[in-house]
Amino acid sequence: MLDVWIDSIISGILLGLVYGLAAIGLSLIWGVMKVINLSHGAFIALGMFTAYFLFAFGLNPYLGVPIIFALGIILGIAVYFVALHRIIDAPELSTLLSTFSISLFIIGLGTFVWTTIPYAIDIHVGSISIGNITILGTKVIAGIVSIILTILLYIFLYRTKTGKAVRAVSMNRVAAELMGINTTRILALSFGIGIALAMTAGALIATIFPFTILSGGVYELKSFVICVLGGLGSPIGALVGGLILGIIENVITLQIPTGLVPFIEFTILVAVLLIKPSGLLGGEV
Amino acid sequence: MKSLSWLIGLLIVIGAIPMITHDVTLRETVFIILMYIALAESLNIILGYTGYVSFGHIVFYGIGGYVAFLMIQNYGLNIIPAMILAGLFSALVAYCLGLAILRLRGAYFAIATIGVNEAVKALITNLEQVGGAEGIYFNIKVYSAYGGAEHAIWLSYYLMLAVTIAVVIVSWFVKKSKFGLGLMAIREDEDAAITLGVNTSKYKTLAYALSALFPGMIGAIFFFKNGNIEPESAFHLTKSIEMIFMVMLGGFGTVTGPMIGAIVYERIRGFLIVSEMFKALHIAISGIILLLIVLFMPRGIIGFVRDKIPALRRFVE
Repeated sequence: MLDVWIDSIISGILLGLVYGLAAIGLSLIWGVMKVINLSHGAFIALGMFTAYFLFAFGLNPYLGVPIIFALGIILGIAVYFVALHRIIDAPELSTLLSTFSISLFIIGLGTFVWTTIPYAIDIHVGSISIGNITILGTKVIAGIVSIILTILLYIFLYRTKTGKAVRAVSMNRVAAELMGINTTRILALSFGIGIALAMTAGALIATIFPFTILSGGVYELKSFVICVLGGLGSPIGALVGGLILGIIENVITLQIPTGLVPFIEFTILVAVLLIKPSGLLGGEV
Repeated sequence: MKSLSWLIGLLIVIGAIPMITHDVTLRETVFIILMYIALAESLNIILGYTGYVSFGHIVFYGIGGYVAFLMIQNYGLNIIPAMILAGLFSALVAYCLGLAILRLRGAYFAIATIGVNEAVKALITNLEQVGGAEGIYFNIKVYSAYGGAEHAIWLSYYLMLAVTIAVVIVSWFVKKSKFGLGLMAIREDEDAAITLGVNTSKYKTLAYALSALFPGMIGAIFFFKNGNIEPESAFHLTKSIEMIFMVMLGGFGTVTGPMIGAIVYERIRGFLIVSEMFKALHIAISGIILLLIVLFMPRGIIGFVRDKIPALRRFVE
């Protein structure tokens, strides 16, 4: 019995790291741009398909991560200039709807091209066994890649000049502009990084679970719950939120039907929003 | 009053055509148009007047649908009282919920409403007492109380027309009232509204309850006519988005806008689904249209018309 628990907790932590990665993207976009990115799920799904096709062409999905990340940055910057730049100062409704329309576009096109039949990446990297506990290798690698990317993001945000500019814009855009920072570039770049994180998380999830073009929605909603848990706009909070959610998800399904998990997740979401909207670890980028 | 009377006139004309021609296909189309109008007008009260983005508004439609369905199925209640009960229940849920989540502003409120919708959907999916994921079907005998299925469908149609007219009248009077002014003050600047003595929390909560009342009744009628209800169709997030789409397309915060938006949206959707070329791509095309509206016509068709043709301002509210 204890083995089952330990197994669930380890799985939860590893998956939680990946969920956290997607949520960091959402959180970064919110923190810097004050935009709730409703196309996050669509880009997660796009990441899944990118990994699938790279794998089909013979590229290991883990080695493909830099390619997917770069593609994400390019797509994100493009989307910023097409859909967000004009309305970045408009009321929230505009940005909510414009990111949502991007999501409709991607999902509509994806459904047309790939239908909604499940796809899966058939990759085997063995598994790690300790006593009676067996952890799939794909989960372990996904967790490690997530940690590496999170560390790299932190180095970028705290050690590079551009990263510091990103943080400055998230604190006060007008002041940053007055200090000579090209805020348009920073906003576009932040959206690009956010999307890149979403797509990479999607690629990693695709190595573990089967997926369809609609799968992104589930992970987008998880990202919301995670961001709210950790405080919108706080990347480290998103990581911790991801761990909490991953563990809860894997441990409670030992006791209750899987179908009720969303109910519990969203009850937590609404409860946290009401009690402490700044999140359990509320803070700034 | 001019702007209201022509709207009601238009609704009655649209509603009367299938009654005169007895065209069943047309009746189905008009039924959907009326439903869209009523849903869009309801959402407009909280979204357009008050400025709170309710992303999961379809939850009230689903709750209303379930309440009425269970009442009719288990207690043999007539659809009319069942519909009224369903509406009141949805409004009550919204009132209680609103007391809590309307304290959140902007994006936080939007996320919370998505959360509420998903939580209710997951709960219903797992409650075997209300049919779980498969949902529930009417016993065919239910319709015999109304003189057969055909009569029941016509009754649903009349009820939908009546509710739609009621929604439009209510939104018009709300907009013209002191209550409506208070809501619009909240939309423009909530803190300023508080300073000027608007009881914002009371106003917001009432607006939210009012905007949930009609979707509850509409859900009741729709699922009564449909004959079955399941969580996936009752709490479909896409329907919430469709409602927002219609309000934005027509022009938010106006009475005419959501109505025009609903009619245009239904036509666009009908065209895209029927057309061979666009059938598979209709979601992607809706996305492009929505993006274009948000970027270039943020005040919708009505806002655009009002700007370009000032003479019409008196007639379009």
